[in-house]
Amino acid sequence: MGIKKIFAYVLSITIFMVGIVSAAEVNVYSARSEDLIKSALDRFSEETGIEVNLITESADALIRRIELEGFNSPADVLLTVDAGRLFRAKEAGILASIDSSILRERIPAAYRDPENQWFGLSLRSRVIMFDKSRVSPSEIENYEDLADPKWKGEICIRSSGNIYNQSLLASLIEHAGEEATEAWAVGLVANMARRPQGGDRDQIRAAVAGQCKLAIANTYYLAGMLNSDIAADVEVAEQIGVLWPNQGDRGAHMNVSGAGMIKTSKNADEARQLIEFLSADYAQQWYAEVNNEYSVRTDIPMSATLQRFGEFKADSLNLEVLGRNNAAAVRLADRAGWE
Amino acid sequence: MRPWPLSLIALSLILATPIFVVLSSVFFPAGDIWTHLFETVLARYISNSFALMIGVSIGVLALGVLPAWLVTAYRFPGSKVFEWALLLPLAIPAYIIAYTYTGMLDVAGPLQSNLRDAFGWSYGEYWFPEIRSLGGAIAMLSLVFYPYVYLLARAAFAGQSGSVMEAARSLGCSQRSAFFRVALPLARPAIVVGLSICLMETLADYGTVQYFGISTFTTGIYRTWNGLGSTVAAAQLAALLLGFVFILVSIESWSRKQAQFFNTGSHSWPSPAVPIVGGRLFIAYLVCGIPVSLGFVVPLIQLSIWASITSDSIMTADFAGYLFNSLTLAAITSAAALILALFIAYGRRLYPTQLSSAAARVLSLGYALPGTVVAIGVLVPFAWLDNRVSAFMVARFDFNTGLLLSGTAFILVFAYLVRFLPIAMNTVDAGLTKIRPSMDEAGRSMGLGPMTILRRVHMPIMRGSLATALLLVFVDVLKELPATLLLRPFNFNTLAIRTYELANEERLADAAGPALTIVLASLIPVILLSRSLERAKDVPSVGEKP
Repeated sequence: MGIKKIFAYVLSITIFMVGIVSAAEVNVYSARSEDLIKSALDRFSEETGIEVNLITESADALIRRIELEGFNSPADVLLTVDAGRLFRAKEAGILASIDSSILRERIPAAYRDPENQWFGLSLRSRVIMFDKSRVSPSEIENYEDLADPKWKGEICIRSSGNIYNQSLLASLIEHAGEEATEAWAVGLVANMARRPQGGDRDQIRAAVAGQCKLAIANTYYLAGMLNSDIAADVEVAEQIGVLWPNQGDRGAHMNVSGAGMIKTSKNADEARQLIEFLSADYAQQWYAEVNNEYSVRTDIPMSATLQRFGEFKADSLNLEVLGRNNAAAVRLADRAGWE
Repeated sequence: MRPWPLSLIALSLILATPIFVVLSSVFFPAGDIWTHLFETVLARYISNSFALMIGVSIGVLALGVLPAWLVTAYRFPGSKVFEWALLLPLAIPAYIIAYTYTGMLDVAGPLQSNLRDAFGWSYGEYWFPEIRSLGGAIAMLSLVFYPYVYLLARAAFAGQSGSVMEAARSLGCSQRSAFFRVALPLARPAIVVGLSICLMETLADYGTVQYFGISTFTTGIYRTWNGLGSTVAAAQLAALLLGFVFILVSIESWSRKQAQFFNTGSHSWPSPAVPIVGGRLFIAYLVCGIPVSLGFVVPLIQLSIWASITSDSIMTADFAGYLFNSLTLAAITSAAALILALFIAYGRRLYPTQLSSAAARVLSLGYALPGTVVAIGVLVPFAWLDNRVSAFMVARFDFNTGLLLSGTAFILVFAYLVRFLPIAMNTVDAGLTKIRPSMDEAGRSMGLGPMTILRRVHMPIMRGSLATALLLVFVDVLKELPATLLLRPFNFNTLAIRTYELANEERLADAAGPALTIVLASLIPVILLSRSLERAKDVPSVGEKP
């Protein structure tokens, strides 16, 4: 076979393959795990006929993959579970602005990028949880109180390697400055009941087991335990109270899961449609009911489980700040000895 | 240069590109991050990693060497069962065993909760070992990695000529002192190979140490990348890690050179197994039973309990697809790894040069790199190549080829090879060094061609090693997570990914179903492996027959 013949052969196969995948589709790189997004994506395909292809992985790895794939990256939409990573994607220059009046109207300004490169889709708060049998909610009020020596040996919190702790630190840096936040982190480390370990649910379990009185965790973890198939988890979660911090001033620390469109997207229209779909009624209710998150919209009711935690005042800080202060937060945690 | 050594070096260079990508990071500036690391966390990363390596060394030697000796040199009821059962923990991914033991032994787990309820204690009024600690991590990693030491030690003991042991005993050695004075020193090179595999696995582990909150080199690489946002400094940390591993690999190959033993007697037969009776039997059961029950049976029971609670919601129709993907990748990769390892090993044997052994040493570094680092190291050159081809095609033919290799199963298998070829190379090498050059010469003097020598002399002797290489890689691929996560094509899941996603959402009970399937799928090759070793044992491993 001559070189030309081989070349023609390869070319025709390639064209054939490209032909197969050129039906209406959208390629999603998701830091949100498949279980927590797949059924919403399936619904999108049903409604629009647009096929959704999915890869899940941590946000940083996906951002790196998109950067390396460059112009030819198949990615159309990036989904993350944290605002800091959306900011990082924007900084990396891989996102494109979406000019959509639908998205602007539905999503409050604090929960989207000022330049419309990313959009928050669901909300969660990182709160102080307490063992109801040993702590009265009047004993603690603000995040700042976690550094109070009266809680010595009574706080369970996971590693500062976790993004949610980094985002909490980033918001404190914004509100109180780096120096005060470092002093706070030193106080928090001194109050820890144990070396940071495990996940958020482990902190909740440790509080009920008596290792600590307070646990720091995201709201949906407690809600997930309340709705669990496992009786022991439900029993533990029933003993935990939720304290909404800083209700007298700025409000509780919020974070979003969100989405952005990739700059090199070849399916930009489909990508926009998908992000709009995720902000529409069906998906927003789905986030609330199935994942126990708060809607970014004010007109979507909370799930029954979340209603048990009550109404609260949310911090209105623009979440871009969480990304901007992320590296500073990690350095500060390193200095404070927060493993 | 001849084509074989030339292609050997070319192959090594291609497979080593991810390692070069990591190493090249040292030429880029990382700003003030190193000052920060140095002042704050670097000492802890290093000391924890060292402590972990020392602890795991002690652990795997204790759990692996003695049982290997007991099942080869002694005979007792059940010793045949232990012979293969001791391999079973290989089937359990390290992070899975960490999750299961934490589920049981944690302060909020059933054991401590029941203790508190039964005795009316509250937390702090009693002592209980902390599972999520450095000691806990050492225990977890030792329990799943010791089979490497066991496997190599057992092969070495089984290959020792009975005449050596008889000589030892005729000089007044008891079976026990013959172990310490003859068998153990003879087996040392093999044990060191097993140990170095364990240590590389330890350095590459992320899941366990991350979950236990132990800051090591590996967690430090991730933290520097994700938290401090510096790809360069993260890669430099990985390069530093590679420096340590290179020292480790050099020590290992030096130690192997220091201790090259051949059985030289013309009469060679397996040493007769000594029966164990009475009180010693109890000790034998303890020594062989502890690794199997703690490393396999207990986690298996816990996983089964969890899986039985959640099976309805988890065992969906997609499940067969995950299993199929996992098995296919494992089969393709292990076959490719075996062929490449044979190619490299024979190349080095036929044309031994400094360059080819240096190339082999560089290749072996991949095993100690955390999977994500390997994955990015693979993606960098492939994406670059794809984009260059695409740009050329657009300019020349106005036709965009897109990403030809990135995002396909091909680069996934490539990444697996970077990571797991070393284990195949090590095992094949170990088999090949048992064949003395004089045996080839003898064959040739009898007028046999090279292919006939390969088939009639080498293959029977090597069969055990080849099966070991194939199946170790197979099981490793089944368990592999980080590279699969980053490099897989769209809509492509494996059992390991499914397990990880559920566990990562802190739904351990839901993760038990896929985790159990990984364990069961790995069981088949592990059992095949011990069968094939059983058969290979009939052939005197040194090759001489009276």
